[in-house]
Amino acid sequence: MTRTRFLSLLGSYGVVVALLLLILFGWLRYDYFLGFFNITSVLRYNSMFALVALGMCFVIMTGGIDLSVGSTAALGSVVAALFSPQGTWIGLGAGVGAGLCVGLVNAMLVTRLRIMPFIATLATMLAASGTALLLADNQSVSVSYDSGFTTIGQENFLGFPIPAWIALAAYIAGWVVLNFTSTGRGVLAVGGNEDATRMMGLPVGRIKFLVYLASGGLAGLAGVILASQFGAGQPIEGVGWELFAIAAVVVGGTLLTGGVGSVGATLAGVLLLGILFNVLNFENGKGWISLSAYWQSVIRGLFLLIVVILQAKLSSRGNAAARDH
Amino acid sequence: MDTDNLLSMTGIDKRFAGIPALSAAAFTVARGEVHALIGQNGAGKSTLIKVLTGYHKRDTGDVTFDGKPFEVSSPQQAQANGISTIYQEINLVPYRSLTENICLGREKRRFGLLDWASMHREAEGLLQRFNIRVDVRRPLMEFNTATQQMVAIARAIGFSAKLVIMDEPTSSLDEREVGVLFNVIRQLKQEGVSVVFVSHKLDELYAVCDRVTIMRDGKTVKTARMDKIEKIDLVSSMLGRSIEKAEGHATAFTARDEKNIGKILLSADNLAVGQIVQDVSFNIRSGEIAGFAGLLGAGRTETARLVFGIDRLKAGAMTYGGKTFEPRRPSDAIAAGLGFCTEDRKSEGIVPDMSVAENMMLALMPKLAKSGVIDEKAQREIVEHFIRKLGIKCSGPDQKVRELSGGNQQKVLLGRWLAMNPRLLILDEPTRGIDVGAKGEIQSLIKSLADQGLAVLMISSELEEVIEGADRVFVLRDGISVAEFDRAAATEDALMGAMAHGNAPVVEEAQI
Repeated sequence: MTRTRFLSLLGSYGVVVALLLLILFGWLRYDYFLGFFNITSVLRYNSMFALVALGMCFVIMTGGIDLSVGSTAALGSVVAALFSPQGTWIGLGAGVGAGLCVGLVNAMLVTRLRIMPFIATLATMLAASGTALLLADNQSVSVSYDSGFTTIGQENFLGFPIPAWIALAAYIAGWVVLNFTSTGRGVLAVGGNEDATRMMGLPVGRIKFLVYLASGGLAGLAGVILASQFGAGQPIEGVGWELFAIAAVVVGGTLLTGGVGSVGATLAGVLLLGILFNVLNFENGKGWISLSAYWQSVIRGLFLLIVVILQAKLSSRGNAAARDH
Repeated sequence: MDTDNLLSMTGIDKRFAGIPALSAAAFTVARGEVHALIGQNGAGKSTLIKVLTGYHKRDTGDVTFDGKPFEVSSPQQAQANGISTIYQEINLVPYRSLTENICLGREKRRFGLLDWASMHREAEGLLQRFNIRVDVRRPLMEFNTATQQMVAIARAIGFSAKLVIMDEPTSSLDEREVGVLFNVIRQLKQEGVSVVFVSHKLDELYAVCDRVTIMRDGKTVKTARMDKIEKIDLVSSMLGRSIEKAEGHATAFTARDEKNIGKILLSADNLAVGQIVQDVSFNIRSGEIAGFAGLLGAGRTETARLVFGIDRLKAGAMTYGGKTFEPRRPSDAIAAGLGFCTEDRKSEGIVPDMSVAENMMLALMPKLAKSGVIDEKAQREIVEHFIRKLGIKCSGPDQKVRELSGGNQQKVLLGRWLAMNPRLLILDEPTRGIDVGAKGEIQSLIKSLADQGLAVLMISSELEEVIEGADRVFVLRDGISVAEFDRAAATEDALMGAMAHGNAPVVEEAQI
């Protein structure tokens, strides 16, 4: 029994174990790895991905997918930059609003017109990207430094980067919604068996609508942080973010088919992938070997695969052991 | 209107694409009554239930529930208004906990957030009423089917339903679990809850139901008290036969020449797998048409699946051509010379968007390919041969199967298996959903194939098809082969008697 419990715990928290091992490795091998500067810069940079991955996590738990998050973040950053002269909050609201608009379109396409999420969000991904380029006139849009808009991305609060606080707040909210609201449980039920959930009398359409809307809004928020952090709206940023987010969600043990998922494990997945990137940079800095960006990609891909395979093995062993009892 | 009635449905019509599924159906359920709803496949039971629960919108007719007109447009509305349904395939969410499966849709809240502690308590309490003590925090999929079934019922009761509809709730339960379920039903009844009980197992109806309504061809043909109706009447009402009815010639099967029938090819002894097939024995000789008769859920298709290696045997043994036969997968059975035309042409048979030729060659492909390359010319010849031989009406081998009629689709499937040159062909409902003319053609085709030495195992729900077509008929009842009749002995009376009572004499059982 204890072994069963241990295996199934390891299966569900495998990502946390991998994360801790990676941090241990970095701490032992590199001098400034756990230094304040490195920690805050990792958190500052990865909080954008964390927000996008949180939205993706909810979408995937319903059995859907949102490919548009990267372009939506780019669009959000451009819109936020354009509105930033009006003030921090207006810039923030505009960026998030742009994201919500894309999310709204996704939600309508998926729930009302019943278009497959993959296709619907692929279309909005292209459209959002095009809109961002149009609005930005195909170049970076500098934000207003006078209005204080850059505070969001660049300043600290209680010693930690504001983006990290925003992401943390979003994850706590996400955790509460998932575990302690009927909509949250409905998200998992829809992903687990949509027909049964409909038969059970849950508002399937509304639940799916909300997750796409939330995903768009969170991507818009990530775009705001992007613009604020780098001082400019970036219409060509965000390429591949959706894949990063999907990878982080999957590494966190959320089933791509829906029905099983965790907010906390998704956060661990984001940190795992972000810190892996960080570790590779440190490795390059040591000068032993020089890994090109291409090699880094290959290594990240392999690492991702290893974690997922390990998790599958562990959870199937855990399940098999559980069945014996 | 009778005030004792909880539910009253009258004059219900429902058409799908112009084809009537229900016509003037009427159904009443009294308060605190357990009411059986029975009928053959396609009789309209499911449609009636789905109309009641708002899944389908009725075309005409009135529904009164609890004294008020009942208008709902979705199962959730029906549920909110006191009608809960437990579907045949358990409609729950496997990954989620028992508590969630029981409480989803009416969660308990504290300070606006879910109150897990009290939800777990409620789920535990509901399950304890059925003497089930389990950890309600574990995901549903870790539990056996019976517990899952109980969870579905607990969910229905939790919604304080006045009427609980159970669609074949016992099909996946063992005897002890059925006993528990029946206690639950009796308990519900005592509390004044009405139950609609859909089942094909006649004994169960007598054990737990007060009244029965029998459906046939979208009509409710008979309603009676269980203690006033005999099994044989149930069966004959379902099948639409009066027992005295003289035997006519209703199919295209004609007399067969005994000398075409050879030695025993396949013999199966005491086959069993789970609840649905418990003890089935039969044998087939080459050149013989053996028929499987039985009510829905008697285990006919499941037995065929065992023979074809789709499911693995739990117990029993088979011999084929004198040797032990243990097919582990369909390809083993195919290699041994078996073919299987499934009941569900659409989902298990044809590939609608592929051509006649491609569909026919699917199973033969491995044999026809030379190091992975398909011999086009050989393929063409075979396809054209079977189009001629089976009389398939199509514009040519390249026409999409989707565009053919049901009868011609069936012939393409027959062609698929005949191209393999089989020794034994299993036909599951070979003429279902096929128009009368094509039906006759398929039947004469089956006969002429048997005349050429092919052994045929024919499963059919149409009595006259097995009576007139089969050289021997095996009757299955609740997963047990209860009787065997040769051509002379296979009369409608004999078959219906065996379906209703098993091999026990009719008189003895009727007195119980």
